[in-house]
Amino acid sequence: MKRPSPAAMQRLAVSFMWLGTILTVGVLLFIVAYILTLGLPHVTWEFLSQGPRLMGREGGVFPMIVGTLWVAGLAVMIAAPVGVITAIYLTEYTLEGKLTAVIRFGADCLAGIPSIIFGLFGFVFFAITLGMGLSVLSGALTLAIMVLPTIIRTSEEAIRAVPRAYREAGYGLGATRWGVVTKVVLRSALPGIGTGVVLSIGRSISETAAVMLTAGSALRLPTSAFDSTRTLALHFYILAREGISMSKAYATASVLIVAILAINLFAYWVMQRFVAKVR
Amino acid sequence: MDAQNILGANPGPHASPHAAEAKVVVENFSASFGPVASLRNITLTVHPCERLAIIGPASSGKTTFLRSLNRLNDLEPAFRHTGRILLDGTDIYDRDADTPALRRRLGMVYATPTPLPWSIYENIVFGPRTAGVTGRRRLEDIVERALRGAFLWEEVKDRLKMSATDLSGGQQQRLCLARVLALEPELLLLDEPCSGLDPISTAKIEDAMAELKARYSIVLVTNNTKQAARASDRTAFFLMGELIEIGPTRQVFTNPVHGRTNDYITGNFG
Repeated sequence: MKRPSPAAMQRLAVSFMWLGTILTVGVLLFIVAYILTLGLPHVTWEFLSQGPRLMGREGGVFPMIVGTLWVAGLAVMIAAPVGVITAIYLTEYTLEGKLTAVIRFGADCLAGIPSIIFGLFGFVFFAITLGMGLSVLSGALTLAIMVLPTIIRTSEEAIRAVPRAYREAGYGLGATRWGVVTKVVLRSALPGIGTGVVLSIGRSISETAAVMLTAGSALRLPTSAFDSTRTLALHFYILAREGISMSKAYATASVLIVAILAINLFAYWVMQRFVAKVR
Repeated sequence: MDAQNILGANPGPHASPHAAEAKVVVENFSASFGPVASLRNITLTVHPCERLAIIGPASSGKTTFLRSLNRLNDLEPAFRHTGRILLDGTDIYDRDADTPALRRRLGMVYATPTPLPWSIYENIVFGPRTAGVTGRRRLEDIVERALRGAFLWEEVKDRLKMSATDLSGGQQQRLCLARVLALEPELLLLDEPCSGLDPISTAKIEDAMAELKARYSIVLVTNNTKQAARASDRTAFFLMGELIEIGPTRQVFTNPVHGRTNDYITGNFG
């Protein structure tokens, strides 16, 4: 058999790359388009601003929007500072050794645990042992633990990527270690850290299993951190699984998808502006 | 007391240090980053308002010496040292020495320009702000004075908000010098400040050094023997971590005591 010419090989390789890319983008677009086509017609102002009636067969998802914001927002507000401080400790304040290896290994293991396990832990520990019950707080704390590894590792990478010369310049100008970390290193690492935080927001918003066991599935509007609530993702799951209303389920999913897209776009916009200002 | 020593007329390699007059006294200083010593038993003095050039081939310990003076080597966990370095008579490696304050007194400019990725203005006010200087007027004054001192003011005075990384290499290096001058240091430590620069930028930095000498002592590490000959009062020759010879620049270059110094400056090395 004759070997194909280099030019033919080249064309073949490029075609495969195209095929792969089209498949990836195609599947993504198909899912998003499918859900939005089925869901968006049912997303009305009423749907967004009213509470559900008849278990969600009628009415809207306003309490779920509020609940999602509460749970995900609180989770990231808890996880981000803890994660960033841990990352600073790992990169700037300790030497590489057994301890850092153990912490890093622990974080990686944590990242690989299925979310339902986090849910179970949160249920047993926060809801029962600490007596927080099924509540926004239990859900947020559980999600915080779940997204912590992501925040630690992305922050660590971002901090590590800051050139050594910046640190030396900072020290050379008489900054203390804390001064160099906060004013020089973090400032340069902020876009990278922000990416990790945005990923975590997305993961918190779309999490279902962990919040089902910790935040509960109450339909009413949560008014304090100790109220039970139902997030959008969980509401979608219940609507679809119990066959309550497929149109409402798709509408909920549409709201979720659009919200995540909007958060990502907003975050990129902020980051771009930030980078443009700094560079 | 000993006027000859202040002028650096005849301080041999092991001239007795006169703490009262010398800006910096280095006594039997050795340093290592692991099993191999990078500096061995260095003893020398830096006088007030002089330009001391340190020359020597690669890995002769020049940079390690310079970074020992402002304790930048402390950032390396493996760094160990013996001996003493006195600044105005006080041991800088003293247990309760204030390292950030020390680094403010010894302004360092690195071999590659290291502007922080901020505006020109922010690069210069970082040091003074860290030291506690506040007030817009005061900071603006500092910025102008520092940029003038580094011969950069005329080129950038209308665009202080511009990103420092958009400056040319030579301008970036003068910005780094200005950044250090903003702290009004007592000593300038220049680590091959012109290694990546074109002749015009080099000339500007050397001009700045000639003027700054009136107020600061300058320690200049350089790979460029011509620059050492042009822009220094005394020259020290380092080889394999040892101080081979130190003396007035003219003498070191025209009539060196050691054969190895002669080999190096005439280019007959190895």
